[in-house]
Amino acid sequence: MDTFKLTWNITETIQDWLVSIMSENAANITAMVLVAIIYLTLFAVAGLYLVLLERRVAAWFQLRLGPNRVGFQGLLQTMADALKLVSKELTGTVKADKFLYNLAPYFVIVTSLMALAVFPFTKGFQAFDINIGVFFLIAISSIGVIGILLGGWSSNNKFALIGAMRSGVQTISYELSIGLSLLTMVLMTGTLQLSEIVEVQKSGWLIVQGHIPAIIAFMVYMIAGTAETNRAPFDMVEAESELGAGFHTEYSGMKFAYFFLAEFINMFIIACIATTVFFGAWLSPFGITESIPWLGVFWFLLKAFVLVFLMMWFRWTFPRLRIDQLLTLEWKYLLPINLVNIMIMAFLVWQNLIIKF
Amino acid sequence: MGYFSNIYKGIKSLLTGMGVTGKYFLNSRKGAITQQYPDNLDTLKMFDRFRGEVIMPHDENNEHACTGCQKCEIACPNGTIEIIWDRGIDEATGKKKKKIDQFVYHLSMCTMCGLCIDACPTQAIVWGQNFENSVYDRTQLTRVLNKPGSKVRAGVED
Ligand code: SF4
Ligand code: SF4
Repeated sequence: MDTFKLTWNITETIQDWLVSIMSENAANITAMVLVAIIYLTLFAVAGLYLVLLERRVAAWFQLRLGPNRVGFQGLLQTMADALKLVSKELTGTVKADKFLYNLAPYFVIVTSLMALAVFPFTKGFQAFDINIGVFFLIAISSIGVIGILLGGWSSNNKFALIGAMRSGVQTISYELSIGLSLLTMVLMTGTLQLSEIVEVQKSGWLIVQGHIPAIIAFMVYMIAGTAETNRAPFDMVEAESELGAGFHTEYSGMKFAYFFLAEFINMFIIACIATTVFFGAWLSPFGITESIPWLGVFWFLLKAFVLVFLMMWFRWTFPRLRIDQLLTLEWKYLLPINLVNIMIMAFLVWQNLIIKF
Repeated sequence: MGYFSNIYKGIKSLLTGMGVTGKYFLNSRKGAITQQYPDNLDTLKMFDRFRGEVIMPHDENNEHACTGCQKCEIACPNGTIEIIWDRGIDEATGKKKKKIDQFVYHLSMCTMCGLCIDACPTQAIVWGQNFENSVYDRTQLTRVLNKPGSKVRAGVED
């Protein structure tokens, strides 16, 4: 059972306890199911409450109040929305490619869920500590676009098709920037394993260690990350004023909700990657809570939510770009900046000019 | 050089925009413009410039300022106003004079454009603040703005 060893560090104590009451194989399977349930719950709750957060934050940015009726301060609002969506009829078009049409939402949601597994929420709370973590994240995050393309194409609707095409253009372009900016940081750490990247940051968060090029990489990453999740100001995929609802025009009820949730989880994932790679994941500032490792979850989520808030701030500040502006930004600005930046970083690492405490 | 100044300008406008929304974000809970209707029915205050419906104010003597010139009827782009007029004897001079019989206002057709109010030479019609206009029968949306027995205020025609 050596191959499964990787999974265990999340719940080592539970694992030991399980082994003590049942056979090793049964314990392994039970532990896996437990981990899956924990993550699914996390996923659902995070998704729902990110939606609520988005609505409240958007309201505050526009001097409105936002949902505050259902439950205390509107806390049950998204639950009610979810119930409503579950109870809605699943419609579809007659001439749609039924198989792909039904498959698409799962593609999108499963990829988001897979990405969540590798984050080190705190020491030992990591479902899957793979040694190519960063690579895995980049690879996984580009599968989501296949779901969007499938959904758009199989809907047999021109708005959906245009939305899907735009998504393809957008995601494939910005994937480059994400990859390169993360690569800049990998140059410093010399490892792709997320837990080791955190280990390196014990002598200063990478954004401090790498100073100028790290800050540039972070800015590029945030811009590209916002574009990658198809959020405003890069929401040409949905562009409701031009395309109806873009690639998910034909989806209803829960299938629509999957796309919707996936967008919010993706935003959270982008923030989590940034937290891990730039801001020391679960490490507390100046190691103030180093002796209580479970507090790491708090620090991790705090950092992630600050970044999520930053992305919401972008969204409610800027108008949507045009498709040519989007491509200009990526190919003429972000990509060259990134390439130069990666050379600066290589030089700094070579000359050992990075800051360490 | 345009390339780098573009980057600079881009970042600068980004930060300016975020400053504006950031300020809103911090102030929103103090000065949110949302009204908690219908919880605040007692304290609900509409704004002066709010265009609810066209009304014709009458003073305490049941007099209004409408002379029946029909400028508002002509100004209205969609025939919302119908003025039914007649000629009566003016008490002061004993001459025949035009006066309104009924000022009919079809709220259901009104686009709240305000052209009638701009056109009126005597400010006989103004904006009302009422916005709860839903009714079960649309004939209720056809209103006669001049009150029964009202007449034009003395002096407005001079
Ligand atoms: S506000 Fe415009 S539409 Fe309404 S009655 Fe006056 S002129 Fe006609
Ligand atoms: S409301 Fe004003 S514009 Fe219309 S008929 Fe009366 S005086 Fe003339």
